[in-house]
Amino acid sequence: MLKYDLVVVGGGPAGMAAALKAKECGVEKILICERDETLGGILEQCIHTGFGLHYFGEELSGPEYAARFIEQVEKTDIDVKVNTMVLDITTNNVVIAINKQDGLMEISATAIVLAMGCRERPRGAISIPGTRPAGVMTAGTAQRFANIDGYLPGKEVVILGSGDIGLIMARRMTLEGAKVKAVCELMPYSGGLTRNIVQCLDDFDIPLKLSHTVTEIRGKDRVEGVTISKVDGNLKPIPGTEEYIPCDTLMLSVGLLPENELSRSVGIRLDKVTGGAVVDQYRETNHEGIFACGNVLHVHDLVDFVTQEAQTAGEGAANYILGKKEYADYRIHTKGINGVRYVVPQRISMDGSEEPVKLYFRVGQVFTNATVKVTRNGNVIYAKKKRKLAPGEMENIVIKPEDLQDFSEGDYLFIEVEG
Amino acid sequence: MSYDIAIIGAGVVGSLIARKMSKYDIKIALVEKCNDVAMGTSKANSAIVHAGFDAMPGSLKAELNVRGTKLMGYLCDELSVPFKNIGSLVIAFSEEEMETLQELYDRGMENNVPGMKIIGQDRLHELEPNVSKRALGALWAKTASIVCPYELTLAAAEVAVLNGVDLYRNFAVNDIAFENEIFTIKAKNGKEIEAKYVINAAGIYSDYIASLIGDNSIEIVARKGEYLLMDKSLGGVVNHVIFQCPTKMGKGVLVTPTVDGNILTGPSAKDIEGKDDITTTTDELDMVRKYTSYSIPNVKLNAVITSFAGLRAHSTKGDFIIEPSKVNPHFINVAGIESPGLSAAPAIAEYVQDIMLDVCGRLPKKVKWHRTRPEPVRFRELSTVERRELIENDPAFGQIVCRCETVTEGEIIAACHGPIPAVDMDGVKRRTRAGMGRCQSGFCGPKVAEIIARERGKDLLEVTKFGDNSNIVVGKTK
Repeated sequence: MLKYDLVVVGGGPAGMAAALKAKECGVEKILICERDETLGGILEQCIHTGFGLHYFGEELSGPEYAARFIEQVEKTDIDVKVNTMVLDITTNNVVIAINKQDGLMEISATAIVLAMGCRERPRGAISIPGTRPAGVMTAGTAQRFANIDGYLPGKEVVILGSGDIGLIMARRMTLEGAKVKAVCELMPYSGGLTRNIVQCLDDFDIPLKLSHTVTEIRGKDRVEGVTISKVDGNLKPIPGTEEYIPCDTLMLSVGLLPENELSRSVGIRLDKVTGGAVVDQYRETNHEGIFACGNVLHVHDLVDFVTQEAQTAGEGAANYILGKKEYADYRIHTKGINGVRYVVPQRISMDGSEEPVKLYFRVGQVFTNATVKVTRNGNVIYAKKKRKLAPGEMENIVIKPEDLQDFSEGDYLFIEVEG
Repeated sequence: MSYDIAIIGAGVVGSLIARKMSKYDIKIALVEKCNDVAMGTSKANSAIVHAGFDAMPGSLKAELNVRGTKLMGYLCDELSVPFKNIGSLVIAFSEEEMETLQELYDRGMENNVPGMKIIGQDRLHELEPNVSKRALGALWAKTASIVCPYELTLAAAEVAVLNGVDLYRNFAVNDIAFENEIFTIKAKNGKEIEAKYVINAAGIYSDYIASLIGDNSIEIVARKGEYLLMDKSLGGVVNHVIFQCPTKMGKGVLVTPTVDGNILTGPSAKDIEGKDDITTTTDELDMVRKYTSYSIPNVKLNAVITSFAGLRAHSTKGDFIIEPSKVNPHFINVAGIESPGLSAAPAIAEYVQDIMLDVCGRLPKKVKWHRTRPEPVRFRELSTVERRELIENDPAFGQIVCRCETVTEGEIIAACHGPIPAVDMDGVKRRTRAGMGRCQSGFCGPKVAEIIARERGKDLLEVTKFGDNSNIVVGKTK
């Protein structure tokens, strides 16, 4: 059996940042298992720019952002196994993985960081009626065909869902000479970043049809067209609003789901809203010594935040491995209410730490000129005016250590939006 | 090419007949209009082996269902096809429906169905805690089972091919001539073959195929059924095939585990015009959802990973039609094979064999007949020790391609080079399950396409989802 202090599952931005941070903190034997051919994760197919503005203060492409971390990993003695799939994690922290060179490996780990990322919701999850021809694919799959394999997934495209990948692919397909006929969004607002709507749709005169969905797919072999319809306040298609758009491709950008099958198999408690693990401020799960970060924990809008979160997890794992972890006297919970969909971390370990705690959250609808409030037993301990809050953009607030005094086991910190 | 027998249609019925007849030392062609076997009703149905109490006593359906169900377990074992004998429960929600259960039971007794029992509310909820508390009782039929219908079809066709049967794909029959005791069978793509005997196992198109020799006695109505397939995380919500009381249109909406551990619900039932409408519709799927919740109230309907529709070949005569045509006794119709067609299929093959021995006279047997096919590797089902050994012998099994279903590159390569090679994405999917999981090929799609292209010596531009013009990509990037 192989033995490591830390095994990181996933070599995308989260996995790399966590491993590097753990190394920096003094952890000796670290292994990253990556299922794809190279480190970098999905960033490798994100050849557009817009990465790194927060973290590096400059605008990078996905592969450039990834390369900065890959170079750092290469300079360390962190072991990397690519084309390596983790099949299972046992309850006593043995990671079972396979690849062509090493065969089946059983790797004993003191700590594990889960950084498997997320997957796209497929057509079936939203049950679009009609035929089942070729040419229906998720935006991420189309992105891989175009940017990694060098193939054009379609020439006349309708995109359902205005998540960031959908918006990015609208522009990418247009630049490749394809005609993007419409981007339909079920909700009355886009799920993507404002900057992407401007730079990917508006700049190319691609119509964004809010409160619209695809109500039928037509075509025997390959998609021949889709019918789109306007939806009412209950998101139900309104009869009589049907519009048929001939196209050869329907791309779906209808949501991302953290990929937590491994976490589930080892008995890690998951948050129903985020789809990721329930963690404390060090990103430790309910399974001692197993940490989670990045899109496997909750879907982020920017990779910069993934990096920061992964560093937190890497440091947490390092402290655990090096015996520096302070055990909590008790834990308190965080909870989003009144417009706040979720908060990560979901709990705070009260271990006497003097560090501030950063809480990430997302709202469930668009708010303008609203106030974000954090309350405790009805008392407001934090309030801040926000010009705009949107579901597509992740927000964060920092709770000062002095505001975390004198809690008792099981107490709640509520985050809400007013206005 | 000249054959003794041409079988039209490589669905479960045609393929099992091909396997059965392949033990004789004669030349057989199995022709299929699609790019692969099991492309029609055989790939889109409830995947149930029925106990046999539904069909009217004395009907061919009743006789062949009970016999087929008896044979199915052995057959699947022999062909290494996934099969589980889990039993079925028909649930009654009213006193009136309890009477229906008694009728079904009595009919089952007449049909010689073994292992039936009417159980009360308590026993039902003991067996199936998630069944609606309003259910009063159930007819429990222990011989009912679940099977993988497309794998059964593939396995049967593979055995046939290993025994010398020629499989013609993309052979859409559109003309049959009969001269000097020989049929000339022509396909849309211009190809033709000759045969002394024809077995018409063309499913929903069997009336059309019969009409090509002037036999207009068969009328097949395509009856569409829509289904929802749920994520494996719902596995265990039911452990038996759960039926509602039957209606005129079919056996109602069922909820069942699949052999792969998913949950399947459906079908709806709607007679359609024409024969190629396999669209799913909001109305019918909503109906399936409604009836599913009726049986199993707490089933998580948002765990759907895909929906699909299949067409049942409903004969207006109501029973299977398995007999030589009145127009030409060398032309054997095997038509109207709707439910319980899958259950009956092994018995239909036997029955057709008897007809063939009757019309052909004594047929010589092959000296050596392969009963089965090489067992496919199913990495996800292996133990750690077996996995380790497998990768040591062939490193291609050390590369996972489909992460949701744990399918290795080795399995996909094997599928591309099997007795009936997979030639498209859906062919690989049915043989290996790559792309059948919760991400529905989002991640593995491009990789599978690449492997197919490589193994077949083609460009990715030529790789299709299911043949014809179902290309995956349409050009190269700039």
